[in-house]
Amino acid sequence: MGILEVQNVSKRFGGLQALDDVNLSVEEGTIHAIIGPNGAGKSTLLNCFVGRLLPDAGTVLFQGNSLLGKKPHEINQMGVSRVFQTPEIFTDLTILENVMIPTFAKRDGAFKFNPFGRVLKEVEIKEHAEKLLHDVGLQDSLTEPASAMSRGNKRRLELAMCLSQEPKLLLLDEPTAGMARADTNATIDLLKEIGKSHDVTLVIIEHDMHVVFSLADKISVLAQGTVIVEDLPENIKGNPKVKEAYLGETDDG
Amino acid sequence: MFEKLKNNDKLIMLGFTIMVFAGPIILAPFGAGYPDLLQRFAIFGIFAIGFNILFGLTGYLSFGHAAFLGIGSYSAMWMFKLLTMNVIPALILSVIVSGLFSVVIGYMSLRRSGIYFSILTLAFAQMSYNLAYSVFTPITNGETGLQLRLQDARILDAVNTSGSLPSPMLFGLKLNATNVVEMFGMKLQFNWGFYFCAIILIAAFYVSLRIFRSPFGLMLRAVKTNQNRLNYTGINTRPYTLGAFVISGMYAGLAGALLVCTDPLAGPERMQWTASGEVVLMTILGGVGTLIGPVIGAGVIKYSENIFSKINDKVLEGYFAMMPESISDFLVFIVSPFVGSGWHLTLGLTFMLVVTFLPGGLVEGATRIFDWLGSIGKKTKSAKPGGNTEAAE
Ligand SMILES: Nc1ncnc2c1ncn2[C@@H]1O[C@H](COP(=O)(O)OP(=O)(O)OP(=O)(O)O)[C@@H](O)[C@H]1O
Ligand SMILES: [Mg+2]
Repeated sequence: MGILEVQNVSKRFGGLQALDDVNLSVEEGTIHAIIGPNGAGKSTLLNCFVGRLLPDAGTVLFQGNSLLGKKPHEINQMGVSRVFQTPEIFTDLTILENVMIPTFAKRDGAFKFNPFGRVLKEVEIKEHAEKLLHDVGLQDSLTEPASAMSRGNKRRLELAMCLSQEPKLLLLDEPTAGMARADTNATIDLLKEIGKSHDVTLVIIEHDMHVVFSLADKISVLAQGTVIVEDLPENIKGNPKVKEAYLGETDDG
Repeated sequence: MFEKLKNNDKLIMLGFTIMVFAGPIILAPFGAGYPDLLQRFAIFGIFAIGFNILFGLTGYLSFGHAAFLGIGSYSAMWMFKLLTMNVIPALILSVIVSGLFSVVIGYMSLRRSGIYFSILTLAFAQMSYNLAYSVFTPITNGETGLQLRLQDARILDAVNTSGSLPSPMLFGLKLNATNVVEMFGMKLQFNWGFYFCAIILIAAFYVSLRIFRSPFGLMLRAVKTNQNRLNYTGINTRPYTLGAFVISGMYAGLAGALLVCTDPLAGPERMQWTASGEVVLMTILGGVGTLIGPVIGAGVIKYSENIFSKINDKVLEGYFAMMPESISDFLVFIVSPFVGSGWHLTLGLTFMLVVTFLPGGLVEGATRIFDWLGSIGKKTKSAKPGGNTEAAE
């Protein structure tokens, strides 16, 4: 059984069937890509994994435990981190503080009452955060507020925040959108390295096929809320069903 | 220099302590050096510092914190009536009781955020106010307010044979005692009650400083910028916000107790929504989320309340006496709506100006002035190489 098992998940928004009987199995230690046209339901599916949405039907198992009905922080503490499609960071805090917070969450758990500790004296946490920021290519002006960053850098910051928790399952919703080509390639290399060196499984949503085919061990194609194909990358390229799903889409393909 | 000062905790504490202890001297030339007003500065400073831990750090805007102020006052009065006039048990009980109330009210209100949270806290506070007026009359003595009586038990104190009401004291030291000293050509009033409140204010400020610098405080600031992200980062935000709520409630209870330590009378109007709104104004006026801002805001509001409200037409005529009568009459006509009972108008205008032009409050204003002075200093420094560079800092 895979680390993440999604069975018969459905979700309806009013008249729109956003997810329609989705089945997905993600093998531990692999990089699993989910692709599909805009509005296919990819982000909605991730929302069902992290406790943002409760599906109308179906089950989501992580390491054999159901994630449904759990609170977001509980799911994260089980080892699931997510990078959002629009960067979710602490804009009023400094870049360094942004990464220190998830590091605290990893070390101290969901709640610790320590009003007399000193953030500045938490050297280990600070060094760990700095190392991860360095890994994603952010090493300058770490005490500047995160609000001033470019969109691409915000994305990298969010990636560093998630990586600092050493998650077992890392969900990435378009991690390279808004990045320049060089940064995209750097991110690909970084994700490859993480996939190899750490004990982590990646689920990645991407429109950029260059990224998908350089990283993915397996690809699921989602269209109109259903998985139409799940296969190895080399078999996806020539698949007529996939072409059909993307028909009318001029870019990205 | 200002930057350095801003981040050096020891210097901040030293500066704050000196300013507070020198309060009776510094404020005397402004007509604010008398004990009653000085005590109010300190007490409402404590109230606002605590409020800022909730509002400034987490962004949760409570409109009901006066409830805890009132609860603190009533608790302290009951200690005075039943146990002893020594203020220590009164302070301890009021902090505990207001803490308990804030656990309950916070737990229920924090289920919602934004405007709904504010409305819930307002509702709870108005409920407390109405209950204090009606159902709880045996505890609160209703409209008259809770007062000291000769026949109160006070089981720890010696039997009162003096025939007059006792006054709050600290191990025998009467808090209403004042030493008047002639200094710098002024009559300076050094009051024990003020110094007692001042010491507690300094301690309260220190605790707040530590919270600001702690991992707990970091999480609270993260709640303010993106609570959602924090949840998806594995943090259970509810106990953090509740922690901040209870701490600020306990600060309010402490302030309420100090109010009756300096003037042993507790009435329900202390819990009214206007009192809750006042601490919001203080915090925003001084600078929300800053360390010192709330204290400054509390000082400015209490000062205007006491000073501007006492200026009537007679006083104004005195101010403009040296002018021709027609001009003087005209000036009195213009200024009088803004003083006396119209001081709220001045307060409202000041508040509007500050919020519009200095969203960071008076502290932001001060920072801007320092930055400006600093930039002028740098210019003169570069203009005169080899000149006295020390002076420029
Ligand atoms: N909370 C919501 N309420 C109502 N409709 C929603 C909600 N979330 C998503 N939808 C709708 O569900 C459909 C799927 O959206 P989703 O964001 O999952 O698509 P996606 O595959 O991530 O697309 P994209 O590639 O553009 O990010 C869309 O039509 C969207 O408008
Ligand atoms: Mg999406």
